[in-house]
Amino acid sequence: MTRKTRRLWIVIACLACVGSAAALTLRAFSSNIVFFMAPSQVKASPPSPDRTIRLGGMVMAGSLHRINENGTPVNAFQVTDGQAAVEVHYTGILPDLFREGQSVVALGTVQKDGGFTASEVLAKHDETYMPKEVADELKRTGKWDPRFGKAPDASSWDTMTAKKAGG
Amino acid sequence: MFGPEQGHFALALACVLALVQFAVPLWGASRRDARLVGLAPYLAVSQLLALGYSFLCLVMCAVSDDFSVQNVAANSAVSKPLLYKITGVWGNHEGSVLLWTLILAVCGGAVSLFGRNLPDILRGRVLAILGGVSAGFQMFCLLTSDPFERVFPAPMDGQGMNPLLQDPGLAFHPPILYTGYVGFAVPFAFAVAALIEGRVDAAWGRWVRPWAVAAWCFLTCGIALGSWWSYYVLGWGGYWFWDPVENASLIPWLTGTALVHSAIVVEKREGLKIWTVLLAIATFSFSLSGTFLVRSGILNSVHAFANDPARGVFILALLAIVIGGSLALFAWRAPSLTSTGLFSPVSREGSLVLNNILLCSICAVVVTGTMYPPFMQLLAGRTISVGKPFFDAATIPLTLPLLLAMGIGTALPWKRAQLARTFSHLYAAAGIAAIGLALCFWKLSGILPIACGALAVWVIAASVSDVLRRIGIGHTSAQGVWERMKNLPRSSWGAALAHIGAGITILGLCGMSQAEHAIVEVHIGETRSLAGDDWTLLDVHNYIGPNYKAMQADIAIRHNGKLVTILHPEKRDFTTQSQTTTEVAIHTNFITDLYGVVGDRHGTGKDTTYVLRLHRNPLAPWMWLGGLVMAIGGAFSLSDRRMRIGAPKRAAARNMARA
Repeated sequence: MTRKTRRLWIVIACLACVGSAAALTLRAFSSNIVFFMAPSQVKASPPSPDRTIRLGGMVMAGSLHRINENGTPVNAFQVTDGQAAVEVHYTGILPDLFREGQSVVALGTVQKDGGFTASEVLAKHDETYMPKEVADELKRTGKWDPRFGKAPDASSWDTMTAKKAGG
Repeated sequence: MFGPEQGHFALALACVLALVQFAVPLWGASRRDARLVGLAPYLAVSQLLALGYSFLCLVMCAVSDDFSVQNVAANSAVSKPLLYKITGVWGNHEGSVLLWTLILAVCGGAVSLFGRNLPDILRGRVLAILGGVSAGFQMFCLLTSDPFERVFPAPMDGQGMNPLLQDPGLAFHPPILYTGYVGFAVPFAFAVAALIEGRVDAAWGRWVRPWAVAAWCFLTCGIALGSWWSYYVLGWGGYWFWDPVENASLIPWLTGTALVHSAIVVEKREGLKIWTVLLAIATFSFSLSGTFLVRSGILNSVHAFANDPARGVFILALLAIVIGGSLALFAWRAPSLTSTGLFSPVSREGSLVLNNILLCSICAVVVTGTMYPPFMQLLAGRTISVGKPFFDAATIPLTLPLLLAMGIGTALPWKRAQLARTFSHLYAAAGIAAIGLALCFWKLSGILPIACGALAVWVIAASVSDVLRRIGIGHTSAQGVWERMKNLPRSSWGAALAHIGAGITILGLCGMSQAEHAIVEVHIGETRSLAGDDWTLLDVHNYIGPNYKAMQADIAIRHNGKLVTILHPEKRDFTTQSQTTTEVAIHTNFITDLYGVVGDRHGTGKDTTYVLRLHRNPLAPWMWLGGLVMAIGGAFSLSDRRMRIGAPKRAAARNMARA
């Protein structure tokens, strides 16, 4: 075996592996990318029910209630970005840091009736932490200008948002 | 004696020593001045002493509740148990950077102590590179994230640590993981030194491999421990979330695994030199960028520490210097390295090349999946994320040929192999794999889990049969088998063990793909069934812990009416931080985990109900058991005589295995 043929073999193997890796990546990307949406975006252009999205916003104060579906506890709450609110249904134990009036990110699908069924609800480990997407959305909607200091306290922000959302 | 100012001074001193350690040996080596080069080990050890003292000061500040130190005030509290006061030191950004540089200094100290058989110039250059990296990160620590900063006025009590981190598993997870990350600095330094020297030979491969294997063992343990922690602490029933922090540890593990294998080819056959040097650089670059990009919050993550732009810029500059500099050096000097060993595609070398290509392809996929969302955000302004479905779909198909090759590779001879002869050794393993395939069809559902399960059985069977063949079972007398067992190099035992460990982990992952769970809301005394077991909530009671209040549930699990176990999951309420945590209860028989979580209480009086989450996780413990077996395999191969050749004492190599 000469150096040349060996090199050829290695190049072929590399191309085959890297090629299949690229193909797999692209295929997986096209079906598995999860977009982040704010409630107002969901209201404006609802994604198709088979598409998983991340819904981020704030849990509207006083909106959390429980429904019991055949012995399975379902948590229902409204997530808002100040423009619109979306009803979220989540079967399971809400994370320890889940609070009304604090930010939350839910992973799931939008149903035909406009409600959102979450398969996963994330509240961050740190209570002063705000998911970046939620902070961006706050800035975009003019609720918070970072030039004028820290983000408003979650509880005051909540009443402010809840009022504006008409809730 | 151990105040914050002393610690701060010691840190600054260590930084200066590290700068000298970087400059003097390199200058000495270029002038061929043996005295200057000979200074390197002394500088490395004194840097280690200064940094160790500095770290001890920080630990003492935390232990003695000195809340005038900002870091302690923000992360500790009087009521915190002593163990967590100590381990809390590295539970935050500043402390973890200090621990990181301390481990790097320990690596430098280990090279100076156990590397006495290295040529002086090579050792000097290796220590200089380590010193340079060290100096950079100590400067980062001093200038942007000073752990010894004072606050005035000092608060009466600290804010306390995040209760999630108050756990023995997590307490020791960062040091082990960091040792893995930082350990790859030594192969990196060897690679850069070899590039400066312009020479890579079999001896170089022999020197580098133990360091790479040791770092790999720690990284494997660290990843397994982290995954185990998220399984039993976070209480989501999951073990791997494809979170950027987790990917940041997986990426260097993949290239590190490739490095450990390609260094064998350098050592045995003097081939793949340029590639091995590149892998050594890449692995450490990934460790560095992984830890720091993620820790600085550039990649968004649940683990992210506070975001500070000054830190981000400093880190990016450091990364650019270390990674860019080493890659530029590589581009300049690599063409002067030439490989000599020729081999046919079907040979041990060929299979190792295939292993490297596949591991690097998987690594490329993981890097793409991790980096694509932040880039998309930056370029297109759209927030997207990719999760488990993406990574599963993209990595598992590439893992299948890797597993297949793992079984065949160890049976192939060096240089050139005859396929027919090799396959004749593998009939038994193939037979067992076929039985495994049948079992998988029976027990598992889904094409990928079945294929992975069968291939995992194949890897284990092929590794066992390879060892059996080498010790001559079946065609030698018992006496002969014993002799051969004693003579079989420990690195062969180690390789077989590591491969078996990988098989066990894959089997565990396949089992977990069949996990079942239910979320139920029950009254006390009510029973629900899940996958053939009956779960009864017996009672719920409250008690008060050292710095929390807890609600504990008693859940009895019966199988066909026979009591299996009683689980006691808890929900803890930490008063200092007004934060609650979930304490999972797990019963395991090493085949199946029964995993219970207690959630909220609703209603009052007779109508009180509790939300419970019940999981049945088949083969879950195997995932971490496999990781442990892999690490033990690595440690076994470290104890090989060949790894110690030229080492002055046996003890040195033993210590090296531990370092």
